[in-house]
Amino acid sequence: MSSPSHAGEHAPRTYPPRPAAVYFYATCLVDLFVPEAGMDAITLLEREGIRVIFPESQSCCGQPAYSSGFPEEARKVAASQLDLFPGDYPIIVPSGSCAGMIRWHWEKIFADDPALHARAAAVAARTYELAEFLLHVVGFQRRDEGEPVTVTLHTSCSARREMGTHLVGRELLARLGNVTLAHHGHESECCGFGGSFSMKHPDISTAMVSDKVAALKATGAREVVTADCGCLLNITKRAEKEDLDAGRSKPSLPGEHLATFLLRRTGGQPARRS
Amino acid sequence: MSAPHATSAAASSSKGDARPIAFVSAQALRERMHDAVNDPHLRKSFRGAMDFLMAKRAAQFPDEAELDSLRTLSEGIRQYSLSRLPDLLEQLEANLTRNGVQVHWAADADEANAIMLGIARRHAAKTIVKGKSMVSEEIEFNHAMHDAGVDALESDMGEYIVQLAGEKPSHIIMPAIHKTKEQIATLFAEKVPGVSYTDNVDTLIQIGRQVLREKFEQADIGLSGVNFAVAETGTLCLVENEGNGRMCTTVPRVHMAITGIEKVVEKLEHVAPLYSILTRSATGQAISTYFNMISGPRKPGEKDGPEEVHLILLDNGRSQAYADEQLRKTLQCIRCGACMNHCPVYTRIGGLAYGTTYPGPIGKIVSPHMMGLEQTHLLPTVSTLCGACGEVCPVRIPIPELLVRLRGEAQSKPHDNPVMVGQGAGYSPLASFVWRTWARIYARPGNYRIFSWLASRFRALTPSRQSGWTAARTPLTPAPRRLRDMVRDRQ
Repeated sequence: MSSPSHAGEHAPRTYPPRPAAVYFYATCLVDLFVPEAGMDAITLLEREGIRVIFPESQSCCGQPAYSSGFPEEARKVAASQLDLFPGDYPIIVPSGSCAGMIRWHWEKIFADDPALHARAAAVAARTYELAEFLLHVVGFQRRDEGEPVTVTLHTSCSARREMGTHLVGRELLARLGNVTLAHHGHESECCGFGGSFSMKHPDISTAMVSDKVAALKATGAREVVTADCGCLLNITKRAEKEDLDAGRSKPSLPGEHLATFLLRRTGGQPARRS
Repeated sequence: MSAPHATSAAASSSKGDARPIAFVSAQALRERMHDAVNDPHLRKSFRGAMDFLMAKRAAQFPDEAELDSLRTLSEGIRQYSLSRLPDLLEQLEANLTRNGVQVHWAADADEANAIMLGIARRHAAKTIVKGKSMVSEEIEFNHAMHDAGVDALESDMGEYIVQLAGEKPSHIIMPAIHKTKEQIATLFAEKVPGVSYTDNVDTLIQIGRQVLREKFEQADIGLSGVNFAVAETGTLCLVENEGNGRMCTTVPRVHMAITGIEKVVEKLEHVAPLYSILTRSATGQAISTYFNMISGPRKPGEKDGPEEVHLILLDNGRSQAYADEQLRKTLQCIRCGACMNHCPVYTRIGGLAYGTTYPGPIGKIVSPHMMGLEQTHLLPTVSTLCGACGEVCPVRIPIPELLVRLRGEAQSKPHDNPVMVGQGAGYSPLASFVWRTWARIYARPGNYRIFSWLASRFRALTPSRQSGWTAARTPLTPAPRRLRDMVRDRQ
């Protein structure tokens, strides 16, 4: 196993002082499939006295097309998002992979257009993954009002290797007095989602997610927490399928977005899906 | 280079095939991957072997700052060498020639084999004994020699096992990692005359060594690869663990070395950091057991060494990668294998499933240049882009970025000035249409609002079978209210 303190390929970033307002860039997956996680992230930020601006015209960072080998389509979509953040506020993304796309790959897809490239770079510079923002900028520190519980944490590969934030999730959980974090085997290994990979190579994707679910369950933790909705859906939908196939009515591995978990533990009211 | 006792961990039910170039088509790749991932023995053994190798590497780099600076230095050396590649190759040729080494240039596998067969014929060679060389695998050297009536015998223990079994290496450093000691014991009992079954690893290695010892004495020619070729001194550096490399390069009368054109560095001092990070990344060794520096044939008055030394410099698609600034990074590779050891996909399908000489992440980015995209266009898609390969690469090749680039080259509409052979071979009008439509929806806020509203409103119509997703998971269903609806309604 590689060292758990690996800081990612990029130099550690410096963080701004706490702003009066932020933009919230939810990502397409959150908007349509896990909106409650987005809502809980917004509530967390507002509870800290930060005004949250939700640009209505947001859709997607372009990553699905980019990573599938359709850079031109990714570029069109990304270009349509460049105007959404006119004020000089940080942009908060509740997902490591989308944050990584904006922070590191937008500059590449606009490399041959200086004007767009400059605007993309300006957006990238103030884009933060939610967990790193909560820890480093907000200084999240709330009393844990929940019962003692053991959870396990999955960090997305983008958060770990592009955003260098996997220790951030651990630190946030460590600030909850009644939460014990159980580490799982092969923790730094991918859950097997990989966007279109899960559709294009189902055999290998299934093998990977089954191994990940088994490792998470083996900790005996009551639930898995993750700051990335792609991984969250991959892991929990796999666990649900295993429960279904085994005829279990009680979920063997429930999962929550880190935002939902933090909000629920610290006296907040998580959003309901319906 | 091959790790001692590296064969103990693994098992496979993979079928042997003496005449591989197995790749052929995307469909064949799919079938091999399907078989491999559903083979519980293979899964268990590769998991164990890769865990072992990852732990060994990690133990070599306790100090992250040291690793970081060594990676930066190594990347710098490789990039500098490539930036001067044409000059350095000429300098290498001049200095090797001055040292008495005969230098040959080969554009592809056929040319390389023809050159080496010519040398063999000139010496009326019957037997060639080989040190471990992935480039010789790349050009299917053994088959070419066999067809010409020359025996080519592998002397690296792992390669020897693979050759006995009629298979291909499943790992670039540990070629027989897919075989258990029991499988090797059976193989030896069947194929090595006068040997009865034993699964004692030390005994098996002794048996192999005895067979090979005789072959070193009999062979007319020794063949080796090259890890680093030093331009300013005309020196060929060879990293190995078993001493067979030294035997191959010193005992037979003729030594032929073959390497890719990218392996050249300018100065001797460039070798030390690369050598250090190579062995530590590959097998988790601080240093290999043997390090050979070959600077020419036997000189008058010397008691040993070959009478003739040849170097074959092989292109085979490398100059195609070289011509593009981004793709050129592929050639930084020093062939340590760390990317495959850390790859969650390689761990689950093993090396043979890829059907390429170089498996794993490096294989996915280098094979399309060697074999063209017609055969290999699916290969770059077999990755979650998790980044584990790039994270451990000792020379910082941005493997995920290159995979994305190759996906683009494979699927782009074929045009007249392709940067790669087979560009557009994975082009699908349907996929192209789907992504164009996706962009029309997502690049226009009005369209996206309508689309997402419809998806949410009519979520009951979401198909319950969703391509590969629902093979192992419950279906994805849009939420009854989108986040934007929740945000709007909350005040």
